[in-house]
Amino acid sequence: MDFQVILSILDATLRLSTPLLLACLAGLYSERAGVFDIGLEGKMLAAAFAAAAVAAVYGSMWLGLLAGMAVSLGTTLLQGVAAITLRGNQLIAAVAINMLAAGLTTFLGQTWFGQGGRTPALGPNGRFAPIELPFVAELSGIPILGPLYAEVISGHYLLVYIAFIMVPVTWFVLFRTRFGLRLRAVGENPKAVDTAGISVNRMRYQAIIITGLLAGIAGAYFSIAQGSGFGNNMTAGKGYIALAALIFAKWKPVPAMFTCLLFGFLDALQIRLQSARLPLIGEVPVQAIQALPYILTVILLAGFIGKAVGPKAGGVPYVKER
Amino acid sequence: MSARTPLPRWADIVLLPLLNLALAFLVSGLVVLMVGENPLHAVQVIIYGAFGYGDGFGYTLYYATNFIFTGLAFAVAAHAGLFNIGGDGQAYVAGLGAIVIALALDQTHWLLAMPAAMIGAALVGGFWAFIPGYLQAKRGSHVVITTIMFNFIAAALMVYMINRVLKPATTMAPESATLAVGGRVPQLRQFFSFFGYSPVNLSIVVALLALVFVYVLVWHTKLGYALRTLGQNPSASRYAGMSNSRLIMIAMTISGALAGMVAINEVMGVQNRLVLDFVAGSGFVGIAVALMGRNHPVGILFAALLFGALYQGGQELQFVIPGVTREMIVVIQALVILFTGAMEGLFRPALERTFMLFSPEQKARAVSVSTAESES
Repeated sequence: MDFQVILSILDATLRLSTPLLLACLAGLYSERAGVFDIGLEGKMLAAAFAAAAVAAVYGSMWLGLLAGMAVSLGTTLLQGVAAITLRGNQLIAAVAINMLAAGLTTFLGQTWFGQGGRTPALGPNGRFAPIELPFVAELSGIPILGPLYAEVISGHYLLVYIAFIMVPVTWFVLFRTRFGLRLRAVGENPKAVDTAGISVNRMRYQAIIITGLLAGIAGAYFSIAQGSGFGNNMTAGKGYIALAALIFAKWKPVPAMFTCLLFGFLDALQIRLQSARLPLIGEVPVQAIQALPYILTVILLAGFIGKAVGPKAGGVPYVKER
Repeated sequence: MSARTPLPRWADIVLLPLLNLALAFLVSGLVVLMVGENPLHAVQVIIYGAFGYGDGFGYTLYYATNFIFTGLAFAVAAHAGLFNIGGDGQAYVAGLGAIVIALALDQTHWLLAMPAAMIGAALVGGFWAFIPGYLQAKRGSHVVITTIMFNFIAAALMVYMINRVLKPATTMAPESATLAVGGRVPQLRQFFSFFGYSPVNLSIVVALLALVFVYVLVWHTKLGYALRTLGQNPSASRYAGMSNSRLIMIAMTISGALAGMVAINEVMGVQNRLVLDFVAGSGFVGIAVALMGRNHPVGILFAALLFGALYQGGQELQFVIPGVTREMIVVIQALVILFTGAMEGLFRPALERTFMLFSPEQKARAVSVSTAESES
């Protein structure tokens, strides 16, 4: 592999890990607050559809992004009502949300646009364009670093940079603010938070609102940045990979970024490698690389490489004692 | 606080699910109304399509066969307190066990091939659920996450197996060799011409037997008692001297084996070969079916028929009303899961109050309970 190939794989890595990272951070807020979220996939799918539909009709990517975030927030709140207020099973609520999104997006897409579930292709204003970072020309003279900056770091969609900025922001919010401390406490020991006079359910709603907004950006990324319009089942299981990444990163923001980069890299490699032969191993089936994030997660969860222990109160609706 | 008395049994297992179901249909109707179609007309089309003529009814039964298996799979695990959402993947890999044996015994008789392939499918499907069970029991990894991951691993594995291993050199399409003689399960239409061209086959008899099997297993065996104890209270089962980890693994294996029976219906009864994605989401429908049927075989039978009817009627729907595609069925299914599964508590408080108003005996009891509470 020459340098140019490596650059293009790294470039693709950033592009592919962005939605994973956004969804992973979204899940981080929810799960840290004690609400298990296997519904990231559904939220992203709903957001991707809403963003593409609005961007196509009104010709504005900003309206599209807003619509995506709003719809994702709506689905999250529906899930919240079931899982927090009504104290229903968080997993069942999320399974329902995933199915609802899968069914409704295709159904509405077909009835509204009549293109087999696809939304119309977006014009230049309906879609995010790559951003050229400053100093590309000035740095191009430097060997290795110059092309690295020009090819890998620069020239991505705005949402890519937002995703990576969200990593330190999330770290700061969760570990350096009062809000973050309370949010984490609600996930570990809700009774203690309740005793301190803070409403557990209110904290959990605040957490999932952030989850909804971030998952909305992740979904919009699929249809109005990376792609140009919505296609059936566009998120293709990325919500579950994000969930895997979240567990793999042991519910921490910075490791989450590296895990998403790793999974994005595997994805980029898999596209590039389409049954290439590797030295020593021979031919690696593409499917093996596709399954790798899932296999790694299973192995990690089983405690064979480190131990992933989630928030203690995760998955349990809070019942105030009488 | 207001005193709460538990609902009478019939209200708990019949009225409440029906109310939640009605709400799910109401919301679905609103969605249909929103896209400018008449929901009542849609209901008419669905009912006629699912029950109105032989072919349609046959298809309803064929879909219901799959849903009975996956519903039972979910229910058995649920009784042991396990949330197995890997039914889809377990049914999918079970296709390997079914096709390998069916192909090997293709030149014999179905009376030999079918039971043998059932064992094969049960073993492979059971194994695919055993691993998450083992990891939950021995390593403490959450069975929900592991089964989700195993669904994806199954999908990748099957694409590889079908394309690289099972596909004969002569075919282009990603599918295994075709079953010709003994590997084909007899179709009901061979006995009753009523069913027309529908693919309902002898697997439905297996499904009905499976319902009885699960009923006996869960409520009339020592193992079933142990599984329910584990599901109700894991510490109680441990103190009673049961091995929780063993029970978890057994429950998951049985669950996976039941899901694996979908492969018999699809591979040997309908497709006559192993094709990509033959499960088509049946595993997830099974969750809805089990939730609606309250994890009881009788409930599961009716819920599976309902969903079978919805699937078949939904197919019909998109021909008659072009504005309503069959994805509407997925929406209904999701709403059923949402309202009967996750929002189960929506009507309960109101219903409890209503019952208290109308039953003087319960009212008296409630008053005595609440006075006892206020005194203490």
